[in-house]
Amino acid sequence: MIGKKGRFGIHGGQYIPETLMNALIELDEAYSRYKIDPEFNEEFTKLLKEYAGRPSGLYLAQKMTRDLGGARIYLKREDLNHTGSHKINNVLGQALLAKKMGKTRLIAETGAGQHGVATATAAALMGMECVVFMGEEDTLRQALNVYRMRLLGAKVIPVKNGTATLKDAVSEAMREWTNRIDDTHYCLGSVMGPHPFPTMVRDFQAVISKEIKEELMEKEGRLPDAVVACVGGGSNAIGSFYHFIEDETVRLIGCEAAGRGIDTFETAATVNTGRVGIFHGMKSYFCQDEYGQIAPVYSISPGLDYPGVGPEHAHLYDIGRAEYVPVTDDEAVCAFEYLAKTEGIIPAIESAHAIAHGMKLAPTMAKDQIIIITVSGRGDKDCAAIARYRGEDIHE
Amino acid sequence: MSKIKSAFENGKAFIAFITCGDPDLATTAAAVRAAVDNGADLIELGIPFSDPTAEGPVIQGANLRALKNGITTDKIFDFVRGLRRDVTVPMVFMTYANVVFSYGADRFIHTCKEIGIDGLILPDLPFEEKDEFLPTCRKYGVDLISLIAPTSKNRISMLAKEAEGFLYIVSSLGVTGTRSEIKTDISSIVDLVRQNTDIPSAIGFGISTPEQAKKMADISDGVIVGSAIIKLLERYGKDAPKHIGEYVKSMKDAIG
Repeated sequence: MIGKKGRFGIHGGQYIPETLMNALIELDEAYSRYKIDPEFNEEFTKLLKEYAGRPSGLYLAQKMTRDLGGARIYLKREDLNHTGSHKINNVLGQALLAKKMGKTRLIAETGAGQHGVATATAAALMGMECVVFMGEEDTLRQALNVYRMRLLGAKVIPVKNGTATLKDAVSEAMREWTNRIDDTHYCLGSVMGPHPFPTMVRDFQAVISKEIKEELMEKEGRLPDAVVACVGGGSNAIGSFYHFIEDETVRLIGCEAAGRGIDTFETAATVNTGRVGIFHGMKSYFCQDEYGQIAPVYSISPGLDYPGVGPEHAHLYDIGRAEYVPVTDDEAVCAFEYLAKTEGIIPAIESAHAIAHGMKLAPTMAKDQIIIITVSGRGDKDCAAIARYRGEDIHE
Repeated sequence: MSKIKSAFENGKAFIAFITCGDPDLATTAAAVRAAVDNGADLIELGIPFSDPTAEGPVIQGANLRALKNGITTDKIFDFVRGLRRDVTVPMVFMTYANVVFSYGADRFIHTCKEIGIDGLILPDLPFEEKDEFLPTCRKYGVDLISLIAPTSKNRISMLAKEAEGFLYIVSSLGVTGTRSEIKTDISSIVDLVRQNTDIPSAIGFGISTPEQAKKMADISDGVIVGSAIIKLLERYGKDAPKHIGEYVKSMKDAIG
């Protein structure tokens, strides 16, 4: 059926070249079929449990709670998943779907490298070929992940165009998809791009909030007061929010990368500094100039260093259901160090943006209130870069 | 009636794509005039976009060079006003949806009408999303040009039935750029198009030599050439217009 597909309010849609339309229609049809297929769901659930290690824990951060002196803080430990982040949830779903569709090759973009590593992992597991596009700048600051992808049998292509970061990696992956469609599935890593990706990726990530709800019910017998997660494209955030959207007492807070500050040009805080536009297949908020040229964004965090945000987040913002707050590089680095020293957990620098906001929020809340912070990934990959940020040169 | 149709009344049409502002607007103006003087029937003017996802490296490069030199949509509008003093062939803009959206669709398309732009080609606006701009295009009489790809298959008749101006038939998978060989069975696509519409079809993507142009023109109503012209601009800079003139002549002669 032809019609406006995949809209979240005014956002979303399918703004992509005609060459890709049939591939998207085919993907949409396959996804609609398999998402209600008991066998597919059984296989997917089994992979999440036995291969990815789900459910991930919901951990009461007692020292942090005591130290901050406000709301009780629970950490949703996506960092404990296989491959070290929430990215594996989506990738296992998409790789399984691609396999059912008869595809033999996965391509992906990656910023921090976590989605690339997850895709390379799923490809190795399912015997598929894998090519990952990564901004050249990011291959340098995330050298460890580049090696991991190669070790897993993937080919990593450094993208030199534009700002040589995540946005350019997405563009290049889209170009490659228009070049080779028959055997190739574009395993998009976030809740962005053309329909059906924002919906499909959200569904695969929604396991995060489903588990949080169950786990917290068991531990506390109630809903949380706030859920906090970092937002680049927004996949771990939408996954953390999804099953709470209808529970209006739960504040949903997305933490954007403000880089050197939202009053500077060196920022990636899309909702806070961008405006509505059309790019990478979707209508949403984008950092752009007055003529609609996409802005060269900046963040210390390569996974949040993206000039757009997923269309469902744009809609949740428009209707006032979710808040989006900026967190600077400096705040994120302090939170990275704080969580390591306080709880013995080294978060990904992306996740540290959520930790930083949780640190501001908790003391303003009552002691009987509850905050959930999603630790979307682990921070081993960031150690060298953070050491450099602090003026220390370490060699891995 | 669409002015674009007149581009197809002088034998097979040769459509030249030129990115505005690469290396500067004076060179773009000279390049357009050289192309028209040597037989180009329609000019496709590229408004640069920072992230042109349908373009190969050659046109990506032109986009970035032009933006680096400070080109803007407003400067391009002024530039077209100047061109229209003597250039009478149909002209269309080729750009990305965000350039139009961000300027304000009404303001952008109204200005197109006012300065003599006859159509719009937006590679990231498929059939499913054309309502974004189509009502405004209709309001001002600017044709919204549709593309058909080698993968369009069951969509071809639907696309052709609602097409305006001309149909842009994408010769190959992938992005723009010169190709040594075009493998798609384009004549069956063109046949299907002709069963569904009277508007002309032109083939683009990958065409650079007179031999390729002749082959493609034989099975359609015209050819579109971009990257090969941009390469001349990349190579010769401000001296490119005379080379572009010679090149366009050789291509137009070949397609007759």
